[in-house]
Amino acid sequence: MKSLLKMTWMEAKLFLREPVGAFFTLAFPLMMLFLFGSIYGNSPTSMFNGYGTVDISIPAYTAMIIATTGLMGLTITLASNRENGVLRRLRTTPVSPLAILAAQVIVMFIMTSLGMLFLVLAGKFVYHVHFEGNALSIAAGFVLSCLSFYAIGFILASLVPTARTAQVVGMVLLYPMLFLSGAGFPRELLPETIKKISTFLPLTYVVNLLRGLWIGESWEQHLISVAILGTMLVVGILASVKLFRWE
Amino acid sequence: MKSIIQVNHLRKVYGKTVAVDDISFEVQEGEIFGMVGPNGAGKTTTIECLEGLRQPDGGSLCVLGVDPQKDDTILRSNTGIQLQQSNLPDRMKVWEALDLYSSFYTHAVNWEGLLSQLGLEDKRNTPFAKLSGGQKQRLFIALAILPDPKLVFLDELTTGLDPQARHAIWDLVKDVRSKGKTILMTTHFMEEAERLCDRVAIIDHGRLVALDEPAALIRKLGGKERVAFNLESSMPADFEKALARLGLVEIEGERVIVSGNDHHQAELVGEVVRLLTTTNTRFRDLRTEEPNLEDVFLKMTGRAMRE
Repeated sequence: MKSLLKMTWMEAKLFLREPVGAFFTLAFPLMMLFLFGSIYGNSPTSMFNGYGTVDISIPAYTAMIIATTGLMGLTITLASNRENGVLRRLRTTPVSPLAILAAQVIVMFIMTSLGMLFLVLAGKFVYHVHFEGNALSIAAGFVLSCLSFYAIGFILASLVPTARTAQVVGMVLLYPMLFLSGAGFPRELLPETIKKISTFLPLTYVVNLLRGLWIGESWEQHLISVAILGTMLVVGILASVKLFRWE
Repeated sequence: MKSIIQVNHLRKVYGKTVAVDDISFEVQEGEIFGMVGPNGAGKTTTIECLEGLRQPDGGSLCVLGVDPQKDDTILRSNTGIQLQQSNLPDRMKVWEALDLYSSFYTHAVNWEGLLSQLGLEDKRNTPFAKLSGGQKQRLFIALAILPDPKLVFLDELTTGLDPQARHAIWDLVKDVRSKGKTILMTTHFMEEAERLCDRVAIIDHGRLVALDEPAALIRKLGGKERVAFNLESSMPADFEKALARLGLVEIEGERVIVSGNDHHQAELVGEVVRLLTTTNTRFRDLRTEEPNLEDVFLKMTGRAMRE
């Protein structure tokens, strides 16, 4: 337990010392919020069913952070620690392998939560955002979304040979998904054909779930999202247990 | 003396390559045991099997009384390991690495003390990536002795270091041994093995070709001692014949090299000098060349380039 705490604290410091990862997790989504908030404000529009741009952007950008930490942050860190022999050195100590991996997941989760917290605070104090959901409910949806994407991140980290490949693969998966799933742009702006494509993207279900819970929709309305994210989580864990390599 | 490592008929195969082929030896408590051999000889594979990082394909291993494959908790808690290829995250600071690794062991020594002992005090807040090769190796030694282990594995500790750093690290290793630890190390510097190791195993093509104390290996296998000098004047009559009675004589211009028969070193030098003075032969740059572990090594493993 002491090792896990120490390791989590250490990994958190390392995360914040890596400027690119920290920027895209903590600063970039906030900058997007201020950019589009200053262009469109947060007045209710019929396009967003009576909600404002900022209202729908907070859950969407949260989905963006989840995808970034899951597909890039976690994957690159694990692949580079394996490539450099960091994992190998840790494996020669009595520390439990589970603790080594858990520390990474915990740190990614904390950073993703911080990213969301910044968005919520900015929304609340700058744009008087409308929140009509249940805080516990959105927290649960957030945890499910994070874990399901981290599970995919683990599969990627197990498959890629180097940190460089992890970066390329992560980007190839992440960027189209950000634009097509409704995370980066509101899905209302997307043409019908793209909306069809988006049903094949896992991130779409995170966006749908979080946006729905944010405005107070019930879990029953989002059973498809929950089923898909739950499946990703289970498959991700099972596959990683089989595929994960320490060196 | 108690043996702390037993290796019996160890075998490890990668695909079609036999990396380790029927190696057996024992390491006694409190000794520095060295494995030397050309690159690719199987040293690292052997040490990594003992560390529990690789699964042997044949033979049996016993380290600190346990099988490294089966009881890895005992092994990992009681051994200190410096790997040939390992790293810390670039942005991890020296003190953070020591602090983090301390939390993994129940009886870790005070890392503040290690920091000064290894001369890393002023590097305390330096990120790993900014350390020099020698400083990184000193940090790896610190991490290896941090758990206060009974047994320390050092794999090619001084490769790539300058002579100052190498000598400093040798002193450190001797210091670790003087605290009663057993050390198993690999190296391809014969001088390092000769200076540090109580016993040396020469490994080549995955096989153990010789194992003894360095001095004994040199005595048995090092070949003849040699005396070399330059002549300042022409050679007196019968001088060469008289020299030839002492050993094999090679003359290259004014340089004369005498390789002794089975003479004791001091005797050969004495005889040569006496002959030079009684015949009034002027000479300079007289040098005796003792055989060393490198001679033994080249004799046992050949001079062909590897890899």
